[in-house]
Amino acid sequence: MPEALLELRNISKSYAARRGRGRTLRAVAGASFTLAAGETLGLVGESGCGKSTLARLALRLIEPDAGPESGIVRVAGQDFTGASTAATRRLRRRVQIVFQDALSSLNPRMSVGVNVAEPMRLQGIGSERERRSAALELLELVGLRPEHAERYPHEFSGGQAQRVAIARALILRPDVIVFDEAVSALDVSIRAQILRLILDLQQRFGLAYLFISHDLGVVKRIADRIAVMYLGHIVELGAAAEVYRTPLHPYTEALLAAIPVPDPRRMRVRQLGVVRGEATSPLEAMAGCPFRSRCPHRMAICDQATPDLLPVLGRHDVACFLHIPFPPERKAA
Amino acid sequence: MDGSDIVLEVKDLVTTVKMGGHEVRLVDRVSFTLRRGRTTAIVGESGSGKTMTALSLLRLLEPPVRVAGGTVRYLGRDLLALTERQMAEVRGARIAMVFQDPLASLNPVLRIGFQIAETLRAHRKMTRAEAERRAVELLRHVGVPDADARAMDYPHHFSGGMRQRVLIASAISCGPEVIIADEPTTALDVTVQAKILHLLDDLRQEAEASLLLITHDLGVVAAMADDVAVMYAGRVIEQADVDTLFHAPRHPYTRALLACAINLEDDRNTALEPIAGAPPDPRRRPSGCPFHPRCPDAIPDCRRIDPPLEAVSAQQSVACIVAQRAMADA
Amino acid sequence: MVPPDTAHAGVGEGERSDGVGAPAIPPASGRRWRIAAFARDRAAFAAALFLVLVAGAALLAPLLSPYDPAAADNLLRYAPPGTAGHLLGTDAQGRDMLSRLLWGGRVSLVVGIVPVMVASATGLALGLLAGTAGGWTDQVIMRLLDVVFAFPMVLLAIAIAGVLRPGVWTEVISITVVLIPYVGRLARTATLLVASMPFIEAARAAGATRTALLLRYVTPGVLPPLLVYATTLVGLMIVVGSGLSFLGLGVQPPASDWGAMVSEGRIVLRRAPHATVLPGIVIVAVSLAFSFLGDGLRDALDPRSRRR
Repeated sequence: MPEALLELRNISKSYAARRGRGRTLRAVAGASFTLAAGETLGLVGESGCGKSTLARLALRLIEPDAGPESGIVRVAGQDFTGASTAATRRLRRRVQIVFQDALSSLNPRMSVGVNVAEPMRLQGIGSERERRSAALELLELVGLRPEHAERYPHEFSGGQAQRVAIARALILRPDVIVFDEAVSALDVSIRAQILRLILDLQQRFGLAYLFISHDLGVVKRIADRIAVMYLGHIVELGAAAEVYRTPLHPYTEALLAAIPVPDPRRMRVRQLGVVRGEATSPLEAMAGCPFRSRCPHRMAICDQATPDLLPVLGRHDVACFLHIPFPPERKAA
Repeated sequence: MDGSDIVLEVKDLVTTVKMGGHEVRLVDRVSFTLRRGRTTAIVGESGSGKTMTALSLLRLLEPPVRVAGGTVRYLGRDLLALTERQMAEVRGARIAMVFQDPLASLNPVLRIGFQIAETLRAHRKMTRAEAERRAVELLRHVGVPDADARAMDYPHHFSGGMRQRVLIASAISCGPEVIIADEPTTALDVTVQAKILHLLDDLRQEAEASLLLITHDLGVVAAMADDVAVMYAGRVIEQADVDTLFHAPRHPYTRALLACAINLEDDRNTALEPIAGAPPDPRRRPSGCPFHPRCPDAIPDCRRIDPPLEAVSAQQSVACIVAQRAMADA
Repeated sequence: MVPPDTAHAGVGEGERSDGVGAPAIPPASGRRWRIAAFARDRAAFAAALFLVLVAGAALLAPLLSPYDPAAADNLLRYAPPGTAGHLLGTDAQGRDMLSRLLWGGRVSLVVGIVPVMVASATGLALGLLAGTAGGWTDQVIMRLLDVVFAFPMVLLAIAIAGVLRPGVWTEVISITVVLIPYVGRLARTATLLVASMPFIEAARAAGATRTALLLRYVTPGVLPPLLVYATTLVGLMIVVGSGLSFLGLGVQPPASDWGAMVSEGRIVLRRAPHATVLPGIVIVAVSLAFSFLGDGLRDALDPRSRRR
């Protein structure tokens, strides 16, 4: 098995809840995954499930919870979590990010050419001239023209701004690019163009992607493996086709059933699946399965212990007691 | 089909905006009909004019945007000819609208129950107590749990999905015959979207109301619509019943849009052939067919001829000379 | 068929037809473009020109003024503008208005500009520090500013005058101290706003050091609102300075500033309106000019305000 380019092991992130003294909101609860060279891991979940927090943790834009069981982020085998300032800066070259709101992720006071070259400058790489020519080359690669380099971000449409953001993410020649809802704000036809660009770039440079989206359809379209998040927990992780064909977690099943298929012969509104209840906020480290209040298969054990993400079918992992033949002894809350 | 079940008939609607001394067409000769108890979807990308069409019907435009031509007949009456006072009676009571952003359409400092009651009292002779009681019933009807208590809450206490329910409750409060829903589920998660779609469909069915659904999501269209109009650059470029539209689309743009739609069976190895380019700026529409610069089937005539929307069969109309000629030959 | 533009086709298909910002923008370098943009903004340009003239005239007051500003001519009091030998007339004591305006400008401009500049620089530094450091650094800075905020300026001026002697520098120091919390608060708010923008996060992900973030990303975003605020303060401070003089804490008679001239002339408003009106006009014109200058500078610094 090739060495993981990006590895998150037991990463958690808690915030102090706004209401309720001493209560904490666990945005991410003990998440682990690895990302190998050239592979795309899709991370899907609904709003508030912690997927964007997870992206920021992977990039060390925020620090994970410390403590006795603190987790670790590794980039190409090196400890990213505990890295020195200089080492962090060096490791950042290997993992880059493209945000949802491409337009405001570009500095409005810099021309697009400067924006694209900026990571090189921040890393102290190359001369002004070299940076400029690298930026122009990349703009062309993402389907923009050289004269676009002189313009400012506000003159660009959403799709074009996303191309610029992708060019910027490429300029440090990273191994991994994290896409945080990178196509969610785009129109259908523009979204297809950007997806195509993302797929083509991967093939060309052998990049590894962490592709985060609320849209399972889009994730399925682009990912080799899919991780499903619910209230801070990764509840299912497996090959894209398998997760789609044989979803193991009841939440994944519900998510799949709720997606309308663009074919009126196959699905009308009556067939759209409905899951009861609403997602609550992930307040404190409560014992029990995060999905239990909405789950149609709720059992006694689901209230008492939080299921771990365990392999069930080969490399298809799920965190659900339905798939663990001998549930663990009752854990203290 | 006779015209007896037609509730709303839009004909050659033109909406313009004044920009730098020019009248720019945002909605360009749009025609469609809404039938009783049926759902019509207007589908298109941002800037295609679909929301402007809805706002034009209800005369909710603000200068410099204005309706410059066409008719909107609601049960035979031309809405565009009504006085503002008459229109106010129709709006909200007979034709109700549900917007994309429920938080922006609700007053943040008023209790939910009160807001719905106000809508009721604007159109019906009711005491405040009656109206408030009715508001609670409506909330319960649209699936807001614990409606008695929730009626006393403020908009920010509600989740996105619940807010959309509140807005729908307010929209149906006077028993409208037409509900216009503009991207009602775009801001919602899919599991919440499924519930709202169910709700809208239930309400349409039980009240025999007509639903005009405006969306960019072809999955939602396939699930909800009976009839579909596809808009591009301010024009309706294809119109058909939902089955024909999805299974025998004639306009190259419709086909391209369907090809871009994401199917759950697709994976990273499925061919992805996006249409190049982006929709034109309304100020700089190309000559002839507005889609010709991006069209894979374009012929020289497309630069010249602005194709009218013409029926090619009983269920289908298309605004494309290539498709029209092919159908005529066949 | 419409042939696709393959000349620059990269990976994937570009969306070209909406042609980013259709009119071609001259590929000038950033700095040159900014100067050009500023020159195109007529109001700001005129304002800058006017201020240079006023400042030059005040600076050259010893050479330009026809009379000693304190020399009273008891035989020629209340002379209206246009009187032979006194272009702008004389005041109640028969002093030449033009000379007094020129000399008064030296005081007023110093009192208007120097405190604003010093307070802006200090406030910017404090606001940036508070806004980016957060935590207790933020708390300490903001509470200290609150203390100064609550301190009455006149009391402060009295204290400083006690140490230094009343005069221009007493005015300058007291006004500076009073202004710092205002500017500091604004700078902190602007800093927090800019620091929360996604492009800051993008820069961090690219490996920006703290210094680079502060100097290259945050400060350029904080400067424009500060600039506008500072330029509007100048006019106000000219008037505030006069108030201090009026209380005997600032410049001492017979020397005077524009604000003091307005206040002296007020007594003889009916007899010699020009003694009040002229310095008043000068204050308003200079204040407005600073305002236009601020707006112009802000627009010149912002690519989004560029006219198409």
